[in-house]
Amino acid sequence: MESQKNVLSILVNNKLDVLARISGTFSARNVNIESISANTTMDPERTRIIITAMGDNAAMEKIVKQIARLVDVIEARNLAGIMAVTREMVLVRLDWSKRENRREIEMLAERKGWKILSADERNCILEITGENGLLMEEVMGLHRFGLEDFTRTGVVAIEKGL
Amino acid sequence: MKATGSQILFRALEEEGVDVIFGYPGGAVIGIYDELFRQKVRHILVRHEQGAIHAADGYARASGKVGVCLVTSGPGATNTVTGIANAYLDSIPVVIFTGQVSTNLIGSDAFQEVDITGITRPCTKHNFLVRNVADLKRIVHESFMIARSGRPGPVLVDLPKDVMQAETEDEEFPFNAAPPVERPLDQEVIAKAVEMIASARMPLIFSGGGVVYGNASEELRELAGVMGAPVTSSLMGLGAFPASDPLWLGMPGMHGTWAANTALVHCDLLLGIGVRFDDRVTSRVSAFAQNARIIHIDIDAASIDKIVRADLPIVAPSKNALSAIIAGLKATGYAPSDAVHDWRKQTILWKITHPLGYEKSGAIKPQYVVEKLYELSSGKAIVATEVGQNQMWGAQFYKYDEPNCFISSGGLGTMGFGFPAAIGAQAACPDRLVIDIAGDGSIQMNIQELGTAVQNKLPVKIAILNNSSLGMVRQWQEMFYQKRYSHTILDENPDFLKIAEAYGATGLRANKTSEVEEVIKKAFSTEGVVVMEFMVDPEESVYPFVKPGAPLCEMDLGPMADQAKKAA
Ligand SMILES: Cc1ncc(C[n+]2csc(CCOP(=O)(O)OP(=O)(O)O)c2C)c(N)n1
Repeated sequence: MESQKNVLSILVNNKLDVLARISGTFSARNVNIESISANTTMDPERTRIIITAMGDNAAMEKIVKQIARLVDVIEARNLAGIMAVTREMVLVRLDWSKRENRREIEMLAERKGWKILSADERNCILEITGENGLLMEEVMGLHRFGLEDFTRTGVVAIEKGL
Repeated sequence: MKATGSQILFRALEEEGVDVIFGYPGGAVIGIYDELFRQKVRHILVRHEQGAIHAADGYARASGKVGVCLVTSGPGATNTVTGIANAYLDSIPVVIFTGQVSTNLIGSDAFQEVDITGITRPCTKHNFLVRNVADLKRIVHESFMIARSGRPGPVLVDLPKDVMQAETEDEEFPFNAAPPVERPLDQEVIAKAVEMIASARMPLIFSGGGVVYGNASEELRELAGVMGAPVTSSLMGLGAFPASDPLWLGMPGMHGTWAANTALVHCDLLLGIGVRFDDRVTSRVSAFAQNARIIHIDIDAASIDKIVRADLPIVAPSKNALSAIIAGLKATGYAPSDAVHDWRKQTILWKITHPLGYEKSGAIKPQYVVEKLYELSSGKAIVATEVGQNQMWGAQFYKYDEPNCFISSGGLGTMGFGFPAAIGAQAACPDRLVIDIAGDGSIQMNIQELGTAVQNKLPVKIAILNNSSLGMVRQWQEMFYQKRYSHTILDENPDFLKIAEAYGATGLRANKTSEVEEVIKKAFSTEGVVVMEFMVDPEESVYPFVKPGAPLCEMDLGPMADQAKKAA
């Protein structure tokens, strides 16, 4: 079966080892977690964990069911194919020493809605949010400005309301 | 009233109705054992912690209640891991209490510290590390609730030493540890199941451990009667349907009966109830029940479509689902059609032409021993098995008419399980005859528990089918490895009778077929623990045999092939 990208949205009780239990479910089925993000929800006792992973339908269905039966898991869903908005953020460090680049980066940031979070004589740090695939294309395009390093968050996702 | 963690633990156990604990003391639990000294609850001291967890497991299987074991930290805890995995794979409710170093030492590689909640995370239904004495009572009650509700399983509770010494108010426990609310049955799905059953011409019922441990044997029997359909059960499901009933086809799978496997090949409707379609049953999955539409009833949604695609999944406790289907069939005035009658007759014919059997010759045949155990116990014993050939013969040749009477390691296949599990079953059912059918290999994996059985007056009868080999592996080497018997011959076995005597048990041996009956009779009439040793034919193999991965129709009948030909 064909492997596809999956975004699992898992609501859990905010307990010490619940993340270990969930990640163990993936490794036990030989599926690699691509990205993960977790934080508390409107109810501070509960955490929402968003996990992205590649896997075929059958494997993902099994994983979702196995996660759903964990004691501290309240709800687990695969958002693939569901109306949902997904976002990911990247912090990028660029070379800021060449004056001719600065103007261009500032204009690009303005046009694309990126934020320049800090800048000194040597480098600047950009905040870029976007959708997973496109986002990395943008980041890779920054090589021409002396891309030094970047760090990515996991994907966050929320379903569209009814 | 102020109480220590240890006192609160025993109060909670009392509230849960615990009457037996299987355990072994040590530094981290010495305080709990000190409190136990003042308590009424029965504690059975094992000789190895693996014995404690298997005994708790056997107790649970025989009684239907939650089994409990208590061990110390570090090596005490790790010694239970095999048994925890065993209970997990067979969905058996047990609660394991492990000692732990004090909370201020956790994570410091302290003496006898292991991260047992980490180690057991993938083989427990859930586990807890109690960090605060105020949480203790709630967690104990939750652990029992989790162990027994839904799909049952083992729950481990790790108890740091300081938490158990700490004092707190022992308040009335607010019972918010209620089991999760069951979703009501989907009546549309039930109606669909009724319709599928009504239109089937060749229906087959396949039941498993979910019927035994879901307490649904009565419903299963009634449904089979109403449907007029033959029944087969997985190893875990034996006894839920009476083996003496004409509708019974025997066990399916690798060592299944001709009738059961052939019925699986031909049936047009398969009603799977509390089964998980283990590969030892399905063999080649793509060829499994190929002509059938499949209804799969299971309490665990994760079991559905895991191995075999269900045309109609029903996620529900087997008891509820079966009652609803029975009611539905009755309401629609269902009566088995002529086609169903013909099908049933056909399956009975398969049973007659291809019975389980073996070649009678000079040496003691292990199958004969099991037949005699059945006869001389009037089929009323609780039978535990070890793993290997002994397990398969125990499943094939003893006929189980009641649930909770066949206790065997199905999922993990743990050698050394049977004897301690039999001890646990005997503790649960003191008035029953409890037999462990063993191999000479397996029995040596937990033979030290003879001490436990003797000391605690748990008169288990062990029947060692001594073939001087690790028989099941030897059989595979014979069939697939050109008889290269690499490390499967046990020709330096100890004198089992002397071992029995050394522990204060009785030892009896049969060297010839003619001695078998006498040995069994004597064992059954002897008080206390008895070790029977039967010097059986070392060349004997388990048949029928479906090679792993072959379709179920490709059964090697071994010595029964000739007989079958004649009958045909
Ligand atoms: C703990 C464990 N180790 C190894 C095995 C692999 N194994 C399966 S059956 C078997 C042979 C069992 O020999 P014995 O207990 O003498 O029984 P027999 O097959 O001869 O009846 C072995 C080694 C196992 N199931 N469990």
